[in-house]
Amino acid sequence: MLYIVQTALELGFQYALVAMALFLSYRVLDIADLTTDGCFVLGAAVSVTLAAAGHPILAVPAAMAAGACAGFVTAFLQTKLGVPSILAGIVTNTGLYTVNLMAMGWKSNQALLKQETIFTLFRNTGVGGSWNAILLSGAVTLLAGGLLVLFLGTRLGLSIRATGDNRDMVRASSINPTFTVTVGLCVANALTGLSGAVVGQAQKSADINSGTGIVVIGLACLIIGETIVGRSSMLRGAVAVIVGSILYRLVYALVLYTKVVPVDCLKLVTAVVVALAIAAPTLKSWAAFQARKRKALAARKEVE
Amino acid sequence: MLEINHISKTFNPGTVNEKTALSGLTLRLDEGEFVTIVGSNGAGKSTLFNAIAGDFYVDEGSITLAGEDLTYLPAYRRSRRMGRLFQDPMRGTAPHMTIEENLALAYLRTAKQQRAFFSRVSRRDKEFFREQLSRLDMGLEDRMHQPVGLLSGGQRQALTLLMATMVPPRLLLLDEHTAALDPGTADKVLRLTREIVSESGITCLMITHNMKNALELGSRTLMMDGGRIVLDIGGTERQGLTVDDLLARFRAGAGKDLDNDRILLS
Repeated sequence: MLYIVQTALELGFQYALVAMALFLSYRVLDIADLTTDGCFVLGAAVSVTLAAAGHPILAVPAAMAAGACAGFVTAFLQTKLGVPSILAGIVTNTGLYTVNLMAMGWKSNQALLKQETIFTLFRNTGVGGSWNAILLSGAVTLLAGGLLVLFLGTRLGLSIRATGDNRDMVRASSINPTFTVTVGLCVANALTGLSGAVVGQAQKSADINSGTGIVVIGLACLIIGETIVGRSSMLRGAVAVIVGSILYRLVYALVLYTKVVPVDCLKLVTAVVVALAIAAPTLKSWAAFQARKRKALAARKEVE
Repeated sequence: MLEINHISKTFNPGTVNEKTALSGLTLRLDEGEFVTIVGSNGAGKSTLFNAIAGDFYVDEGSITLAGEDLTYLPAYRRSRRMGRLFQDPMRGTAPHMTIEENLALAYLRTAKQQRAFFSRVSRRDKEFFREQLSRLDMGLEDRMHQPVGLLSGGQRQALTLLMATMVPPRLLLLDEHTAALDPGTADKVLRLTREIVSESGITCLMITHNMKNALELGSRTLMMDGGRIVLDIGGTERQGLTVDDLLARFRAGAGKDLDNDRILLS
């Protein structure tokens, strides 16, 4: 049992960065950024390849920079070239497949054998005992979350938030929405890249298909977290994605352990949960309307 | 101050929907002038504002503000010198951000803040915002941390007015900014507008469908029709002018009756 909780915490912290990226792009900027899947693999590929070359620490900022570049491409497509935002993400994502192969030296996976990773380096310091992997993952995620919340309180951060809230107003406040969307997507994809980097080094491997469905899982974490923690402020939003991600991984681990749902069905279950959660407001108002209609019709019948 | 030289704009050229919205319009405003604009439906009043603000680039002609050529500047660059209010109170503020955050954004316009990307709202800024809000006399200074979406239309419009003028702009564009408000609130916002504009001596263009307001406010009245200015009345000529006089002058200038289904003749 302890092992399940430990695994859930470790993976939860690591994947929370993807949910955090989606919080920035989907919630704050109001853009469905589908670069995520490919960007996650890009982060892992860059990170693992560099770690294999003996630079595990340098690998982390490099993966973030690579992610930011991917975000820049998506942003450029939608702001400067008029590609619809969802399509822009898909186009970048498709292109990234080749880039990711390239980053791993034209192989579909890259493994670390005896090379150092940030995790082995941290374990060797002896801090945290058997919790060292959780400690490191948690520290990275909390640091990123803290910096993101601070960033969203700066003038640039406020401009990015306003861009997602009322674009007309942003233009009238002498802010260039092209610039704010670009910065926002770069930061979001840097976070996704960071997630890939940490996961890759933790699992000592990067695989070309490891990103499939990451965006939906990230959304699931975002929605689970917001349901529990709320979304009234930026701080709450950042806490929510971490809580949501850990809960998701906990449920995931329990399902794997108890085999309630066959493991092969997990992605389908996740997709259904996400679709239902996003559809919830619409379903709720539809149900309310049907109830009202039934009541009114029944009352009319009584009069007759 | 503002110089508009022979600007023209045709939408959807070469199609059945071709519409000449502005045709060779010329307008000159002096510093500190407060000009009201009335006109029939589709006369090009809002299109003129869109052209000045940079929502589109004009086909011909040029626009200069305080000696600076704006003709080919993008909208966000022009808004550094311009404030603008729309009829819809929802357009000027970000609903999910707090009053304080909205004001902080508007405050970005100052040259000093323009490059300070990572600076945060300082205590001095907050004090300044509170002071500015209290002059609206709506109790908003005690609600600085509430999201703007909770405010009424009138409160949002007053806040937008404050945001547009807190750093006095070179030019203020008011596009029927009280038309969607109830009469009491509309009066209040109009009174605030008059106060703020005269206090800072802001050059101001105001579109209205209220003919009485058009004659009472400001120092000069323009009437538009078919993408042109057909009447330009100012100075002594405007004093003592009644709404009926104005309509008669419009008929003489445009060769037809003023046709606006929303116009208020009272």
